[in-house]
Amino acid sequence: MDPIAKSLKKRSLSAKIETRGRLLTQICTLLIVLLVLAIFGFIATKGVAVFIQDHGSLWDFFTKTTWSPDQTDLHQRPLIGALPMIVGSFAVTFLAVLLATPFALAAAIFMSEISPQRGNKILQPVIELLVGIPSVVYGFVGLAVIVPAVQKVAGGSGFGILAGTLVLFVMILPTITSMAVDALKAVPRHYREASLALGATRWQTIYKVVLRAAAPGLMTAIIFGMSRAFGEALAVQMVIGNAILMPSNLASPATTLTSVLTMNMGNTVMGTTANNALWTLALLLLLMSLIFNIVIKYLGKRSALR
Amino acid sequence: MAKRTTFTRVLDENKYEIALSTNNLRVNYGDYEALHGVSLQFERYKITALIGASGSGKSTYLRSLNRMNDTVGSAQVSGQIMYRNLDINSAQVDVYEVRRHIGMVFQRPNPFSKSIRENITFALQRRGLHDSKKLEQIVETTLKQASLWEQVKDDLNKSALALSGGQQQRLCIARALALEPDILLMDEPTSALDPISTANIEQAMQELKQHYTIIIVTHNMQQAARVSDYTAFFHQGKLIEYDQTRRIFTRPQVQLTEDYVSGHFG
Repeated sequence: MDPIAKSLKKRSLSAKIETRGRLLTQICTLLIVLLVLAIFGFIATKGVAVFIQDHGSLWDFFTKTTWSPDQTDLHQRPLIGALPMIVGSFAVTFLAVLLATPFALAAAIFMSEISPQRGNKILQPVIELLVGIPSVVYGFVGLAVIVPAVQKVAGGSGFGILAGTLVLFVMILPTITSMAVDALKAVPRHYREASLALGATRWQTIYKVVLRAAAPGLMTAIIFGMSRAFGEALAVQMVIGNAILMPSNLASPATTLTSVLTMNMGNTVMGTTANNALWTLALLLLLMSLIFNIVIKYLGKRSALR
Repeated sequence: MAKRTTFTRVLDENKYEIALSTNNLRVNYGDYEALHGVSLQFERYKITALIGASGSGKSTYLRSLNRMNDTVGSAQVSGQIMYRNLDINSAQVDVYEVRRHIGMVFQRPNPFSKSIRENITFALQRRGLHDSKKLEQIVETTLKQASLWEQVKDDLNKSALALSGGQQQRLCIARALALEPDILLMDEPTSALDPISTANIEQAMQELKQHYTIIIVTHNMQQAARVSDYTAFFHQGKLIEYDQTRRIFTRPQVQLTEDYVSGHFG
């Protein structure tokens, strides 16, 4: 038999290494998938226990305002009204994003369109630094600066939705900005050239062409900021007041899902209704971040199609 | 909208009129001089081809003519660009107005990810034209001028990105025509296209030159020979020779030009 033909029939060493490598990456991937599924399964089973074992009412969970899981109402159902913290979480999240988006967009436009050189030299490092600051530091600054300031302006204790919003605003500003910069930079240069060559001004080009083309990416940046704000625990907990009450105004003490979790998880015994109720909050947080992720994925897909 | 109503204009009247000229035009990128003082005159209603190897400065030169080099931070353009007895390379001139009169078509088709109609109306709307009847009229006229109307007239709302490469490039030409420029700059407009699309665009150019002065950069010497009336040969940032196209290709005066057009280098 021809020696070359013979060698072609035999599996070479590199082919074997190839197979082994592929197997290794597949196993690692599988491991990650299993891990995620396991976490999800664990939190889900724990999270529904309060409804199944302890006969809590899903309706009460989303609509009632009394949170006292170790006590029961007339129908022997635990008091698990989570509405105050759900409202608190959504309020600080949306207000922070509402506040941060215009600033972040302006900064991103400056960095990618108006003055990329100064943007890259000064703003980029500042933003990277801001992203890296631990949240406890933000909370501490909030406690020392923002809470007294709110107290002075709005009265009351200073703790509340407003203080939480302001702290989150500073925290998510760099996140949204840097992702918005990426989105703007991803707009092909030839879009800008096409617009300028047609006699459009720089602002018309930014507003009508660049921002439109980057819209899905900018939406992703905003939702990413939202997701970060929604999941932030420590910094918010330090300034929001931690009262499980429906917030009556922006300066009254309130709480968020994450704050209740961190405040109470050390004080309950595994398997009790009070502990199960906390797992339900964790499940809700997980589902929300899942929703945020799905929206981001969906937007990414849509922008890829364009 | 005068231009569209005067399609029967007699060309011979303005036969030797100069549409645009440059006087000692230089372009520097920092310390590096990419273009060493080019003086050229472009005759009205003619097609002038700029040929030369990569890096010869012909694209840099073209992009200076409508001040597109302003958008490149490090580029410095000195010298005169005379248009209607005005040096449009001076700082006092409104670049956005310059680009309205001197349109540009790029190497790669670059329509906006908007509908076909919006691609054409974009620049007009930015200039405050919102009369939908008029816009509709211009969409039709310009698409006809770019020989695209028959293929797209039923789906003007379709995304421009759904068109083929050649169709996209003709849309870009139509888009530039919507502003009724005097002069159309084309930067290797067919280099990303297949031969049939190229032929379509070349044919459209022949019709366009009745109403527009066209300056085209091309790598393709057959294309320069086919479509242009005049040819300018650039080499290493200098203008080497400029003449009627048929003389450049049959009896060039400079040895370098002859070497280039006969394919000995480049």
